[in-house]
Amino acid sequence: MSQADIQAADGDVAAVRAPRPLWTFGLLCSELVTTFRRWRTLALLGVLAAVPILVGIAVKIETSDGSSAGRGGGGEGPAFIAQITNNGLFLVFTALAATLPFFLPMSIGVVAGDAIAGEANAGTLRYLLVAPAGRTRLLLTKYATTMAFCLLATLVVAGSALIVGALLFPLGDLTTISGTQISFAEGLGRALLIALVVAASLTGIAALGLFVSTLTNSGIAAMATTVGLLITVQILDQIPQLHALQPYFFSHYWLSFADLMRDPVYWDDLVKNLGLQALYAVVFGSAAWARFTTKDITA
Amino acid sequence: MDEPSATGHQAGDTGDDDARASVMSVIETRGLTKRYRGGQLAVDGLDLTVPAGSVFGFLGPNGSGKTTTIRMLMGLIEPTSGTARVLGRPMPRSTRTVLPQVGALIEGPALYGFLSGRDNLLRYDAADPTADPRTRRTRVAAALDRVGLTAAAGKKARAYSLGMKQRLGLAAALLQPRRLLVLDEPTNGLDPQGMREIRSLVRELASDGTTVFLSSHLLDEIEQVCTHAAVMAQGRLVTQGAVADLAAGARGRLVVTTPDTGDAARVLKEQGVADVVITEDRVTGEPPEGELADLNSALVTAGVRVRGFGVERASLEDAFVALTGEGFDVAG
Repeated sequence: MSQADIQAADGDVAAVRAPRPLWTFGLLCSELVTTFRRWRTLALLGVLAAVPILVGIAVKIETSDGSSAGRGGGGEGPAFIAQITNNGLFLVFTALAATLPFFLPMSIGVVAGDAIAGEANAGTLRYLLVAPAGRTRLLLTKYATTMAFCLLATLVVAGSALIVGALLFPLGDLTTISGTQISFAEGLGRALLIALVVAASLTGIAALGLFVSTLTNSGIAAMATTVGLLITVQILDQIPQLHALQPYFFSHYWLSFADLMRDPVYWDDLVKNLGLQALYAVVFGSAAWARFTTKDITA
Repeated sequence: MDEPSATGHQAGDTGDDDARASVMSVIETRGLTKRYRGGQLAVDGLDLTVPAGSVFGFLGPNGSGKTTTIRMLMGLIEPTSGTARVLGRPMPRSTRTVLPQVGALIEGPALYGFLSGRDNLLRYDAADPTADPRTRRTRVAAALDRVGLTAAAGKKARAYSLGMKQRLGLAAALLQPRRLLVLDEPTNGLDPQGMREIRSLVRELASDGTTVFLSSHLLDEIEQVCTHAAVMAQGRLVTQGAVADLAAGARGRLVVTTPDTGDAARVLKEQGVADVVITEDRVTGEPPEGELADLNSALVTAGVRVRGFGVERASLEDAFVALTGEGFDVAG
């Protein structure tokens, strides 16, 4: 500070306060705090935390007469639901499988869609840019914050499921899809790995949402468009005639995380999923950058 | 954190030379033009020069291109053609080096309603990578104090009145020592006491050597605080210069106060006074060339009882109307 003061006192044009590498992250800290203090963010996380509670209670009630859950075999209900009564840890996998198709990406769509457009809508974008936040820096900060939200949202689902599962059902060694036994500790490790893979599965829609967010000055429009795209892609992914296109839909390999519960782990679809997410992140991240760094800020 | 290598000479030597060459003008535009995608010409060939240390009033009816100009100066909008230099450096290319030295209030304040006033300022300060986080809280407190918001600093911004929001916006512009302040309608929404406070704040900042670029629709406000002014109409610069010169450009009006208004008007017309208007006990008109005392003599000789005789100095508003040919509140 003293150095900066002396330079400023010189009145020399070149003696600008210099940006410091560490100070650059002040915006990221501010962004994280601001995002997670919003009532809306907390409400989204609350809804996500409620899903495992509902699933857990439903399974508990249905099986209270001694029958097993998901009686019609694997075809009904989310994956792993039949095993929950034997081992509460399976509620983690069930809850992630239940929230990944819609609840998780929808909440990401809300946060990502609002990232730039919401600031433009409130007029705060122009003040951040004249601060000057820097357009590339602001966009990177927004993307990093959205990714942090992806991770936290997934961990909230997994954590809530783990607590509910431990309270309502027995815990212990578990049986993989391949039929082998693994210890509870290893099962926990796999659950954490699955949560990370699920969070990574959301980076594609996060980048897409951020791109949409740079196109409009209305936060609501950006959120609606992103969630609309999500629903459209999910529907198209169900139409058999489009199977040639489906491997390029960001949601196509989402449920491949179940392969982490095989022994040995079946990596093919997992790798395809992560590769596809990286592709989406690069393509729509670049598009968002190209758009945002050249855009006239009129809001 | 304290490594001595972190100096500010990032722009390189050529940038420094450029900066010194035009250090006398804080803002300088050449042929600055913005045509929006719809084909509408918002700003048309603007040549604006804001001298260092001035309090510069930027005038024009609504829709005359003031805000578009300010946005181009702040690097928010890319000009269609022409150049803009702020603090001697080209915009929008040098936003990273220029904007930390510029405080701005653009088209009213914009705040995060769910954050307190203090947290709003902390966030805006964190957005500036040249702002020292160790002094952030002190600087925020000082800025709040300067605009008289210390008592309301903990309140959520959505509960603020328009005047309080305006003050908080000003506080954000004052988080750092600035070389240039760009204030778009800074007294909007303030009560007369608040307006006075802002005016004295502007004078105080100007006396510290900060150049203030002030857009306002209140002409008397410009007249009270500004040393220089520019007038825009329909995207073009009508005139710019020192306020005293601008007002002098418009001719004053001859005012005769008399109970015998009818006779006075007749005599004045005979003496070659144009545009004679009678209002209650005053007769006004455009003064002719030559000695005004002869006019008074003629009035008295004709038996007109004269209570007052003189020329009223033209206000900036008269100058403005003369220049743009319209009232100030008319949208362009």
